[in-house]
Amino acid sequence: MSRSAHAASTIEALAAELRAALPANHVRTGATELGLYERDASNISGAAGIVCFPTSTAEVQACVRAAARHGVPFVARGSGTGLAGGATPLDHALVITLTKMDRVLSVDPVNRLAWVEPGVLNLDLTRQVAHLGLHFAPDPSSQQSCSIGGNVANNSGGPHCLSDGVTAAHILGLEVVLSDGSLVQLGSTEAEPHGLDLRGAFVGSEGMFGIATKVCVRLTQNAPAVRTLLMDFATVDAGAQTVSAIIAAGMVPAALEMMDQLCVQAVEAYIHAGLPTEAAAVLLVEVAGLPHGLEADVARIVEIGTAHGAGTVRIAQDEAERALLWKGRKTAFGAIARIKPNYYLHDTVVPRRMLPEVLRQVYEIVQRHDLLVLNVFHAGDGNLHPLLVFDKREPGVMERVHAAGEEIVRASVAAGGVLSGEHGIGLEKRDFMPLMFGPADLAAQAAMRRAFDPAGIANPFKVLPTAAACGDVQHVPEGAWV
Amino acid sequence: MGVIDLTTFAAEVGADGPVTISGLGTRGGPVPEVRCVRAPSGIDWVQPDEMTVACGAATPVDELVAALAEHGQTVALPPGGTVGGALAVGHSDVRRLGYGPVRDVLLQARYVSAAGEVVKAGGPTVKNVSGFDLPRLLVGARGTLGFLGDVIVRTRPLPQHSQWFTRATDDPSATFQLLYKPISVLWDGGAVWALLEGHPTDVAEQAALAGMVACKGPPPLPTGSRRVIPPAAVLACTGRFVAEVGVGIVHHTDPWEPPARDARAAALAAALRHELDPSGRLNPGIDV
Repeated sequence: MSRSAHAASTIEALAAELRAALPANHVRTGATELGLYERDASNISGAAGIVCFPTSTAEVQACVRAAARHGVPFVARGSGTGLAGGATPLDHALVITLTKMDRVLSVDPVNRLAWVEPGVLNLDLTRQVAHLGLHFAPDPSSQQSCSIGGNVANNSGGPHCLSDGVTAAHILGLEVVLSDGSLVQLGSTEAEPHGLDLRGAFVGSEGMFGIATKVCVRLTQNAPAVRTLLMDFATVDAGAQTVSAIIAAGMVPAALEMMDQLCVQAVEAYIHAGLPTEAAAVLLVEVAGLPHGLEADVARIVEIGTAHGAGTVRIAQDEAERALLWKGRKTAFGAIARIKPNYYLHDTVVPRRMLPEVLRQVYEIVQRHDLLVLNVFHAGDGNLHPLLVFDKREPGVMERVHAAGEEIVRASVAAGGVLSGEHGIGLEKRDFMPLMFGPADLAAQAAMRRAFDPAGIANPFKVLPTAAACGDVQHVPEGAWV
Repeated sequence: MGVIDLTTFAAEVGADGPVTISGLGTRGGPVPEVRCVRAPSGIDWVQPDEMTVACGAATPVDELVAALAEHGQTVALPPGGTVGGALAVGHSDVRRLGYGPVRDVLLQARYVSAAGEVVKAGGPTVKNVSGFDLPRLLVGARGTLGFLGDVIVRTRPLPQHSQWFTRATDDPSATFQLLYKPISVLWDGGAVWALLEGHPTDVAEQAALAGMVACKGPPPLPTGSRRVIPPAAVLACTGRFVAEVGVGIVHHTDPWEPPARDARAAALAAALRHELDPSGRLNPGIDV
């Protein structure tokens, strides 16, 4: 059963109210613009009823209050780089876009904190505090375009989260507009505010607990010294075993990334960095810190790699070479366009020691479905990113892509892993939640949602499978797996 | 890999009537005059290459730390008491600046709910965004949302070298700015202490850069109150205190009342408690 979209008259009345509260050109209902906001960076499309662009907390409150009055759900949206359909609007929802709230409000360079608006772009924040020797640690591959608000909603990760932790470890306080339009302060600059950790509960809630309008972030000291090295291996297993051995030896590198052969070949053809295209797998390792510990770690990592059969070890000799090696990692998604026009990026986590076994399964699954896969992923924390490449004009290919994806998710969970390491659940994996959680587990998460959003109008139908989301009616949007 | 059986613990918690939980009683102990239960104890497994460990909630922190030390690892929980108690109270120790807050340690918890059911929150891997972050809500909830049965926590490598240093100063921020990722920086108004970890030469060079000399450790922490203030306010502390610089936790000889919470936040917290424990039977009377 599918809920009918909100009546056109309701949408019109809501739009009129919003135009009274916001500058009229910040409320859009044209078909072209609604089309632009019908999905995020996932393949899952919905339907936006209205798109609005508030510029202040008060305007966000006005939008939410109006939506609540008309019983229209709202979806907060940053840059729309999410990959799980978390910002895909359903049923002609109101899309509240935070991109115009993009100011860095204050920076405390001594205590290394900053208050920012949610629309500030991740890399812009790092650039704005670079002169203080600081940066914002979470660095998703989309960091040039993703917003801090989106990072909060998805608890985003990135290569350098291996040593520094994901977004949740870098958020101290939040100003949030709840679904009744009221404003609440969750956490603050204080390390351990009295009472329940509401700020911790909010991070990663995928827009279903409210809208963050101000964010207090922790800034991280830039490392005095950095070494980046590339090691290549004749087998994927040898590369993966090297990862486990490095961690077991008591080192937590700043980043520990892996690319398989097809990925290395695509990247090399794209950026010409002299990458070893003959190798089955390449490890990109970055060590950061004080000079003596750093050199000792590099020596041990090279030793461990060599013991596991590393072919060549390339240590970046200067910042330019380091940037080139990272460009290889971070442009992988652009490079694959040379192979096939479309891709589907997956995101699961497995225990590190299961990486060889699960990667073997990934190759087998993909071959069985007659698809191509490139693996480029955060090996250090077991966070797989199989990238299925295809041409969607090929008849029947989407069915094969979805079938292979589902098998990869199931194989990861069966290996003791989890559904998502950093992309979130959204719509994409909503109905896989029972693979990890039983009815009582899901009921507890649904209870959290009800406490924050009793009306159920903040980004409904996401994350929780329908049986757990009491009151939410099943909705299967275009492009979803289910 | 064994799995701790929580059936008996769940049956003891039951579904009716007020109930409280006790660990080693080091962090306030159970609610008096209420039926008291204990969580399972013991280490289930240690996985050094995953940097994770699973144990019953009543496992003593010191036992866990000793077991991890055999693998060259440790856990960022304050010493003493039980793992469950440390998580339920959620107070970090003086290494918070470098080791992070207690809430970053918990990866997965299985707890017994107010309905007497075993509920799993989070997942076993060091990285996981599958579903809402219930584990963070459990840390610091003092058992009011559920009683922890067993947990999977994140470990960290033991440092190669670890040493406290000190110098006299009335400006701790100057010292703080000179150090790269110190584990702890404490200040009592007249002297600063820093815990530095890592390669011995780096540690020595950092200390020399900040003009600090090696010492046994910081002075005993005053126990009158543990104040949580904005880190920028540390410089304005008066009286007898030891403050965690860069964190904003102040150990003071005088008592202290935390400032009143944002009323809307308090209502949210009450709503969460009501959703997860409608009759208020878990650790009744505990204020969170």
